[in-house]
Amino acid sequence: MDTNFLVVGVGGQGTILAGDILAEVGMSGGFDAKKSDILGLAIRSGSVVSHIRWGSEVHSPMSTAGQVDYLLAFEPLESLRMAAYLKADSTVIVNDYPIPPVAVTTGQMEYPSRERIDDILSAASGRYFNINVTEKATQLGNVKVVNIMLLGALSSLIDLPVSVWEQTIEKYVPSKLLGVNMRAFQAGRQLLE
Amino acid sequence: MKEILSGNEAIARGAYEAGIEIAAGYPGTPSSEIIKTIALKYGNDIYTEWSTNEKVAMDAGAGAAYSGRRTLVTTKQVGMNVLSDSLMYAVYTGMEAGLVVVTADDPGMFSSQNEQDNRWYARLAKIPLLEPADSQEAKDYVILGVELSEKFDTPILIRTVMRTSHSKSVVTLGARTKGRAEIGPFKRDPAKYNCTASNARKMHPRVEQRIKDIAVFADTLPINRIEWRDRSLGFITGGVLYHYLLDVFPEASILKLGMTYPLPEKLIREFAAGIEQLIVLEELDPVLEEQIKAMGIAVRGKDIFPPCFELLPDEIRRYTREAGLLKQAPESDTSPSSKQEQPKEMPQLPTRSPVFCAGCPHRSTFYLLKKMKLPVAGDIGCYNLGTLPPFEAQHTMGAMGASVGVLHGMSLAGLPENRVCTIGDSTFFHSGMAPLVNMVHNGSRGVVILMDNSVTAMTGHQDHPGVDWAVTEQRPAKKVDLEAVVRAMGVEKVKVVDAFKIKEVEAGLKECLDFDGPSVLITRGECIFVSRNPQPPYHVDLEKCIACHMCFRVGCPAIGQSAEKYPKNNKFKSHIDPTLCIGCDVCRQVCPTGAITPPGTPKGKE
Repeated sequence: MDTNFLVVGVGGQGTILAGDILAEVGMSGGFDAKKSDILGLAIRSGSVVSHIRWGSEVHSPMSTAGQVDYLLAFEPLESLRMAAYLKADSTVIVNDYPIPPVAVTTGQMEYPSRERIDDILSAASGRYFNINVTEKATQLGNVKVVNIMLLGALSSLIDLPVSVWEQTIEKYVPSKLLGVNMRAFQAGRQLLE
Repeated sequence: MKEILSGNEAIARGAYEAGIEIAAGYPGTPSSEIIKTIALKYGNDIYTEWSTNEKVAMDAGAGAAYSGRRTLVTTKQVGMNVLSDSLMYAVYTGMEAGLVVVTADDPGMFSSQNEQDNRWYARLAKIPLLEPADSQEAKDYVILGVELSEKFDTPILIRTVMRTSHSKSVVTLGARTKGRAEIGPFKRDPAKYNCTASNARKMHPRVEQRIKDIAVFADTLPINRIEWRDRSLGFITGGVLYHYLLDVFPEASILKLGMTYPLPEKLIREFAAGIEQLIVLEELDPVLEEQIKAMGIAVRGKDIFPPCFELLPDEIRRYTREAGLLKQAPESDTSPSSKQEQPKEMPQLPTRSPVFCAGCPHRSTFYLLKKMKLPVAGDIGCYNLGTLPPFEAQHTMGAMGASVGVLHGMSLAGLPENRVCTIGDSTFFHSGMAPLVNMVHNGSRGVVILMDNSVTAMTGHQDHPGVDWAVTEQRPAKKVDLEAVVRAMGVEKVKVVDAFKIKEVEAGLKECLDFDGPSVLITRGECIFVSRNPQPPYHVDLEKCIACHMCFRVGCPAIGQSAEKYPKNNKFKSHIDPTLCIGCDVCRQVCPTGAITPPGTPKGKE
């Protein structure tokens, strides 16, 4: 049985690293694993989408509509774009930290309201969490650990030994930032309680 | 040992294991991570460089392989057009050691100006083409490519697409094969290596015979294989499409081609004979389909699948359902309660189109070009974002270096208005120098705006000849002086201005426009990924802001509306996001009321 993930956000938020860790956790956890990134130019502030799939044998590196089990969104607007990918019993974890695109900040388009976002995502999924993780990461002393905190939250829902997550994170984050990232991971594991 | 690698990382690993000693390329999405990974992970064993362009990389690759070093050359799909000039002679000569060229294609055009199908190049050049489906194959095919290259004395082409280059999957690692311990002396064999016509006449029949021999060999090659399942429907495919097919048609038989040129005719006939309905699944052009039809085999392909864009699993489902091939959607078995059909009242979502980064040195130039309403021939790089609102000030764009030649053509045509072109520093070294010399020699008129941000930015911040490092910032390199190069070409009017000072850019531009001849305006300002020197954020004094939105015209992601309206025009005043602003000062220079100020400036009465 495949487990399909989407990790989405805005360039510069650390989504790619989170997806890389998630894919490797799958492999270390004994699954076949694949990942596919869609990113634009090497500049900041574009939409970033990563597909991650775990299974006994994964074929396509991308999930298709209606196939995704877990959506990890670093930014609310980016989560909405992916609603069609969700399974009915899927889990959605959104970082409640809107980053309005230029079309919104300059008044040409409107950012969807929190109520609208809640409506759409709770209807499209089985479990829906919307938490300001950026604020909690800032409290830990480093806004950049949002990605690891979100992975912590995700890990609390997945039946894999926590050591697999911790060892993979250790491999991917810079050693001088390991402490704060591990604290972020542990804090993330309590986030959905 | 297993690792999870992207296709590009796997190609780098394959280069390591295959005993490649030299790797060269020019950056281009989705190929750029190959050279980068080799430099970072295998830099002790393999020399890497970002050559000035793909042709230069290919020549270097040929020379290294002539000298007995196994060599890898990388390019994105359109770079192959530049590279191909030099590939064509290497096809005739062969080499002393393996030579593998990787082209990373871009169906769907995520970051390219066209959707060309580089499988044609294998047919044009008459060389083998390998197409990996995932990262394991990407690694394996580099090793196989070197083997075949040396066995048949021919360059090998490997083609990935964005999905193979940028997807990660599990790869089993192997050991490195050593290249030759010693090389030289250089083999003086003009009959083999000098393509003068009298020699080339002997080489051409050899090329024709060689590709016939390889076609026979292809029938025995294990990477071309039949997977018999239900025989009522069979697909011939290669590359990542093979994996899509396994998701959409798990019951169908597949002839999976790892080598897609030359085709294994016996194997194709065997497969066709065992299948009721035969389909070719290929993205873009009917390259396989036409060859298989030419064998006299009945097959369907482009009557089912369109020749534009990617064929992802969802598209394969759609088109095969429309063609009556897919009776039931398999995904309905795995997620019976999918709500994808009706995402609840989805509002129209604001787009998140790419914009110049906060602090980008290109911003001032496009602000002025918009204001001055000049016709602008554009080029390839981050500055192509000047095409989009709020600037809309790059009116043509087609190929690397083309802007300078197009500007010359506008001059030849005798346009009644003055004109400019924009070209980045890396693009100028890539292919802007030849057309600029042409402008000088042929007495052209127009302003070449050379946007020097000290890096090849768009593709992920690689070096070019105008910087003092190579591949990694730790490796020192000779820096070529851009201004001296331009002057040495005979350009008489050259102005160098600070890209972060709008008035300076404007004055320089006007001076160049007034010059009766070709002129060059170098707008100098480091990319924020080079300077990495953010200054404290600016702020908007709401007492002074009159909501004129002039600051919106610099198109900065840090500038938006505040919550406060200016009563006289009932518009929202401006706001600077302190988390995004890096204090480049450009917006302050366009504010007519002095409302935008750096930190430390006393605020108005609050």
